[in-house]
Amino acid sequence: MFDSLSERLGGIFERLRGRGALTEIDVRAAMREVRVALLEADVALPVVKDFIENATQRAIGAEVIKSVTPGQQVVKIVNDCLVELLGGEDEPTPLKIAVTPPAVVMMVGLQGSGKTTSSAKLASWLSTRERKKVMMASLDVARPAAQEQLRVLGEQTGIATLPIIAGQTPVQIAERARQSARLQGFDVVVLDTAGRLGIDEELMAEMAAIATATTPDEILLVVDSLTGQDAVNVAAAFKERVALTGVILTRMDGDARGGAALSMRQVTGAPIRFAGVGEKLDALELFDARRVAGRILGMGDIVGLVEKAAANFEAEQAEKMAEKMAKGQFDMDDLRQQLAQMKKMGGLSGLAAMMPGMGAAKKAMDSGAVNPKMLDRMEAIILSMTPKERTKPEILTAKRKIRIANGSGTTVQDVNKVLKMHQEMANVMKRLKKMGGMKGMMKMLAGMGGAGGPEGGAGGEGPGGAIDLGAVGRMFGRPGMGSLPPGFNKFGRK
Amino acid sequence: MSWMGRLTQGLAKSTKRLADNITGLATGTLPLDDERLDEIEEALIAADLGPAVAGRIRTRLADQKFAKGIDDAGIRQVVAEEVEAILAPVALPLEIMHRPQVVLVVGVNGSGKTTTIAKLASQWQAGGKSVMLAAGDTFRAAAIAQLKIWADRIGVPIVSGEQGGDAAGLAYDAVKRAMDEGIDLLIIDTAGRLQNKAGLMDELAKIKRVIAKLDPSAPHDVLLVLDATTGQNALSQIAVFGEVAGVTGLVMTKLDGSARGGMLVAAAEKYGLPIHAIGVGEGMDDLQPFDAGEFARALAGVED
Repeated sequence: MFDSLSERLGGIFERLRGRGALTEIDVRAAMREVRVALLEADVALPVVKDFIENATQRAIGAEVIKSVTPGQQVVKIVNDCLVELLGGEDEPTPLKIAVTPPAVVMMVGLQGSGKTTSSAKLASWLSTRERKKVMMASLDVARPAAQEQLRVLGEQTGIATLPIIAGQTPVQIAERARQSARLQGFDVVVLDTAGRLGIDEELMAEMAAIATATTPDEILLVVDSLTGQDAVNVAAAFKERVALTGVILTRMDGDARGGAALSMRQVTGAPIRFAGVGEKLDALELFDARRVAGRILGMGDIVGLVEKAAANFEAEQAEKMAEKMAKGQFDMDDLRQQLAQMKKMGGLSGLAAMMPGMGAAKKAMDSGAVNPKMLDRMEAIILSMTPKERTKPEILTAKRKIRIANGSGTTVQDVNKVLKMHQEMANVMKRLKKMGGMKGMMKMLAGMGGAGGPEGGAGGEGPGGAIDLGAVGRMFGRPGMGSLPPGFNKFGRK
Repeated sequence: MSWMGRLTQGLAKSTKRLADNITGLATGTLPLDDERLDEIEEALIAADLGPAVAGRIRTRLADQKFAKGIDDAGIRQVVAEEVEAILAPVALPLEIMHRPQVVLVVGVNGSGKTTTIAKLASQWQAGGKSVMLAAGDTFRAAAIAQLKIWADRIGVPIVSGEQGGDAAGLAYDAVKRAMDEGIDLLIIDTAGRLQNKAGLMDELAKIKRVIAKLDPSAPHDVLLVLDATTGQNALSQIAVFGEVAGVTGLVMTKLDGSARGGMLVAAAEKYGLPIHAIGVGEGMDDLQPFDAGEFARALAGVED
């Protein structure tokens, strides 16, 4: 596996550095790599072929902006094409729910694609964001306890669900749902249907019958972003039977590159509306073509990383931290909070996976050079200190260190490493303070997400930017250290 | 219907595509030139084998000098042979060697764990073994209810707790009960989780640790359930679940759809984990032992 397409193209274009326009031969050579990148990201083959052809036409003859390598230029063009194809920079068109109530939203998809969870998420989204009165109904009479599952989800989200009547057919339930939604004054009714295979004629006919009976205003295809080449078949099979109006891509919080998005978009022609990004019932986001394009190309998800970091860093905590920093204090409890913060963001490997060019760090982690467990261990060490020791680590004598090591199941060396790390972080915090504290830091993060990073070139928003981790490292006050905060590198080594 | 029939039916589309690709190019006996090799490679990619493995099979085919040329059926045969050569060493059925044999079933959400467990339970029970289930998916709403319904239908005992309860504790209780009651096979369900969620993966490791306290050799099997529609991410699933949960074997579900499950070939080449069974339908006996030859032939579209 490779890290980013630009890295991969780098080799091809090394000899060509500094040329004027992209020639056909160069472009074709680059596109071979793009093709493999797309296939590895699970974009379906026919879609890849079309896409490569279009992108090639667009790239041939394009001027290479000065200070950008031809490889980066190609990536930029490919990225632009991808974004365009995925739906452009704008937010997806809103759902058509401003109709004579109740608006009917029907969810369809394969088994296990995440329909039921997505139904609940969407209902909750419509209810909280759009302030609609929403009802959900499960038409899944096939999977044991499917209706029960939706009922429970309804309770958790505070969304009304249609009472379950055993023995009804899906079409009967659908009609009953629409009826009772109208009578009870609901704005939207979300119909969760049973999962079905595209080649299962009986179930596909049933789905068409439900659509005919309820004339949904929206029919959303729920697709697992882990889907491989089969995505085209799925999309075609469903499109053939019902008028799809949109796609919801689930499990985008996984580490799949999500090439299925491109296949879906191409085959259905329907916009991708939402992305499911977690187990929690509010983990539904408007689909962002720009981010997903970067991910398909293996460019990492810098924007996502920044947002995740920002959201995770509770304002209150930030305030407190800023205050302490203002006083030049940074004690062991603060370090522990930092560690907890990192864990929340999905641990080191979670973070690493979101960063482009993180191959080396990830490999180091996989090989055990940097142990992901170290967060836990460091926390244990800090927790084994007395409150007094935490605020004043300088009182730690050899005897105390032995006690802490025993208490946390580590060694004195480990304890020393944590202390060393704390020392370094405290120093960085002091330096950060001069730069405007936490808020300044977050601002820097945000700025970095938008621009292409130090190597983004003149284009600025250059996706060609193999955004090196030094950026993050520098932000933490230490260049060239990957995303690890100061001191981590030392601790990680065995 | 034989399982080969079902699989072939499920694989009909890919079979047709591969066949079409090849037929479209060559009528009669022609040399295996670059163009035909390209088509074969693409057909393999379209079956989810991934560009790397497809490329290697292409190279191997290119190395075999078909001096006198080769017809469509011949191509399909050699493709099937290449695929079979990769898969044959990993086609190993699940065997019961301990008592109780503790089987932990893991996978990402929606891969078909619960249904697979029901099928396994039903088959082993029919084979004369006493089976017990443990509803370890304490996260998903109604997952416990789903497994309970299956247990009732099959007629096997089930150990379950509350939704939101501690899965490791439940697993412990289940193993203890299975030991006390002299059960042959205990199958433990777990909540689906994406492999990049460190916290959730730790929970799996904990379940394993806790079970091992009662029987150091348990869990005897850790089955990773893979969805056939999954693409190259399956490799990441195998790597991470393998590392954290010590996966001992694979089960592939949903092969009755249009997906081909070709990443099994990539997985076999890279990880060499046993492939125990494949799911080819909704029925209880639609979980079948994995047969490398038949799978390869179905994938390549060889007509028997």
